[in-house]
Amino acid sequence: MNTSKLIIVAVGGQGNISAARVLGEAALASHLPVRMSEFHGMAQRGGVVESMVLFGEGKSYCIADGDADVLLGFEPSETLRAAKKCSADTIVITNTTPVPPYTVALGKAHYPDMDQALALMAGRVKKLVAFDATSLALRAGSALALNMVMLGALAKSGAVPLSPDLLQQTIEQKTRKQQVEVNLRAFRMGLEAV
Amino acid sequence: MHPLLVDRPGDQMLMLGNEAIARGALEAGVAFAAAYPGTPSSEIALQFFQCSMETDLYFEYSANEKVALEVAAGAAMCGLKTMVTMKHVGVNVAADALMTLAYTGIVGSMVLVVADDPFMFSSQNEQDSRYYGKLSCLPILEPSTVAEAKEMTIHAFELSAELRLPVILRTTTRINHSSGEVILGPLQQRETKGVFEKNPFAYVCIPAVSRNLHPKLLDKYNRANDRANRSPWNRIEGEGKWGIVCNGVSYGYVSDALRELGAADAFRILRVGFSHPFPDRMTQAFLEGCEKVLVVEEGEPYMEEAVRNSAQKAGLALRVEGKGEGLFSRLYELNPALVKQVIGDFFTLPFQAYQPIETDDLPEAPPRPPNLCAGCPHRATFVAVREVFGDLAIYPTDIGCYTLGVLPPLNMGDFLIAMGAGIGTAGGFARATGRKVVAFIGDSTFFHSGLSPLANAIHNNHDFTLVVLDNGTTAMTGHQPHPGVDLSHLNLARNTVSIEAAVKGLGVEQVITVNPFAYRKTLEAIQSLALHRGVSVLIARAPCPLHVRTLPSYRKKRAFYVNKEKCRNHRHCVTKVACPAFYLQDQEVRIDANRCEGCAFCVQFCPENAIVPVKMEEK
Repeated sequence: MNTSKLIIVAVGGQGNISAARVLGEAALASHLPVRMSEFHGMAQRGGVVESMVLFGEGKSYCIADGDADVLLGFEPSETLRAAKKCSADTIVITNTTPVPPYTVALGKAHYPDMDQALALMAGRVKKLVAFDATSLALRAGSALALNMVMLGALAKSGAVPLSPDLLQQTIEQKTRKQQVEVNLRAFRMGLEAV
Repeated sequence: MHPLLVDRPGDQMLMLGNEAIARGALEAGVAFAAAYPGTPSSEIALQFFQCSMETDLYFEYSANEKVALEVAAGAAMCGLKTMVTMKHVGVNVAADALMTLAYTGIVGSMVLVVADDPFMFSSQNEQDSRYYGKLSCLPILEPSTVAEAKEMTIHAFELSAELRLPVILRTTTRINHSSGEVILGPLQQRETKGVFEKNPFAYVCIPAVSRNLHPKLLDKYNRANDRANRSPWNRIEGEGKWGIVCNGVSYGYVSDALRELGAADAFRILRVGFSHPFPDRMTQAFLEGCEKVLVVEEGEPYMEEAVRNSAQKAGLALRVEGKGEGLFSRLYELNPALVKQVIGDFFTLPFQAYQPIETDDLPEAPPRPPNLCAGCPHRATFVAVREVFGDLAIYPTDIGCYTLGVLPPLNMGDFLIAMGAGIGTAGGFARATGRKVVAFIGDSTFFHSGLSPLANAIHNNHDFTLVVLDNGTTAMTGHQPHPGVDLSHLNLARNTVSIEAAVKGLGVEQVITVNPFAYRKTLEAIQSLALHRGVSVLIARAPCPLHVRTLPSYRKKRAFYVNKEKCRNHRHCVTKVACPAFYLQDQEVRIDANRCEGCAFCVQFCPENAIVPVKMEEK
């Protein structure tokens, strides 16, 4: 099979690494080769977290600019920051609720008009899906379930070779017991939202 | 049970590269491990720390990399299987012991994991550890995948036992922090007790002994070279006329590029996994019949020089390139696109470059720099020191979270090179300028390499104030313990070393310990130390807010909020304290209750007393 290359971008604390882990475990369970790499430069201290997940044939652990098949953004300005990873064939799925960096919160930097930025991006990639995943996570029961909403939307897009059922099973088996119920609800909301 | 202790050979597990290395060591029967944490190596030590609490594996977080190596060397001399893990710059600290440990060799086995960090994701330099192989004569293995990291670790133990030499397992960030499938092998029984056979004329490196040991080391080097030439970790793939030599993660980029270029048949690849001593004879055989060769490696032209050397010895005049204009750089990481492009250019192959979308006209994403956390005690200390000395003092700093103090508005940090160097350089700055010098060091770094430069400063009568930022943990790398940490809650038989006692014992007379969140008292302490000539020490002690949450004694403090009635928008809180829990709403300061740690530091800056605790919910 061909390789399918996914980049997940987020802010520290949004559950990027655990979302990637669910995808990795699901791939392992279905005997699909998978390679992942993570970059979390001081994420606990407000930085950016980036995961790369590569399914199928190949040996690299990372994805070059213009070579992502899917960009999954947990925060809109992080989706924008990662735009160079996309080509005209990329599917972009992004949350629309901003988490302004500290510099913006204090008026020292400008948070761009994301509607406009995403509209520009949408015209250049294969497909761009933008939705308010944070609200859905809160409705599912916890802001921490944002990553599961995003996985739901990813599953729905069909952009990665993992079925919604398989991901649901993996969430049941591999995420924290106390969180499973909320996680599954969040996953289904993401699945239905897009 | 810890997942790495599962004894089900044949099972598949998704593992981080660092987990795979730890699992490999466990499968090899490692009995004794020591480490000083450092990104990207830290998770290996974490696995050992956790596994040691469930088994008879001995693990310690040592005070620094040199001590870690030495503790393990003692155990290895008694026949134990040992592992030491560190980041690349840690080897600089351990090097003194390592160079001569190569002379004595070891009795059991020792694998030294060295994690390089090309691109400096979290390091002060991107030195290439492979040169330590040349310097020490020790063998080096370099995995290209996560699965290989586990298998190579097992092999490294075997090689070490066979040659009776420490073996270096060299990784890069993209292996340490990548994940992939690993197939579990059987766990080997640990031998935790050893015997030391005295043999001073082989182990005590006085000149007469070392003159005998050096030829023995060269003999082992030659045997290692033989192994490298026959090693399955060095392999030739393909029979084409165009040669590519690669190692580590670059092997993955090369393989994928050749597949995408659809030109695999034209190439032959030499994948070097056992990279020191370099497999020279295998390389000569590889070069026979090659038209030209491209060497694909991150960092320095280590293999490129070795390949050219092999070509010269074989009397071959073919072109060998790697680093240079239009080729690869010695800077930063490689990536799949760059590797594909350089291969395409060098071998004049038509290729389709990746085509990123146009992004120049997109609005810019706001910068998201890392920051000292809400409730971080370092911020409080920096604010107080800045209040007293402003820009008049020179501030040598050190390695840890507090390095982030360099960012505005704190601007605390004028010079940073290495662990402990804040104290060492402080004396030089003070002598050369006659200005006030305030050096910063964290608690873990203090024990790592602060004691000798402090003794030096006292002896040589240097004039500076040292601020020890004591947050009770090695915060930057993920909250590992150090000699000053109280581990009684874990029921571990560890003693706690007092920083005050150490400082006073070295002869510092002016020592004051403060809670930096008490702003006035901290200011007074700094002012009183400032009057003193010679070495004075301020110990600013308050726990790391991220770490304290994990302790059994933790009670969440009440968050604070800004009382809108009282706030007159002076914004001293924002401009001086700059805690990330603040934000502006309609140009008024607010506090994010989810981020506020309740440290109450900012409260002390509000002239209107408008920052007040959130009321407890009424029931």
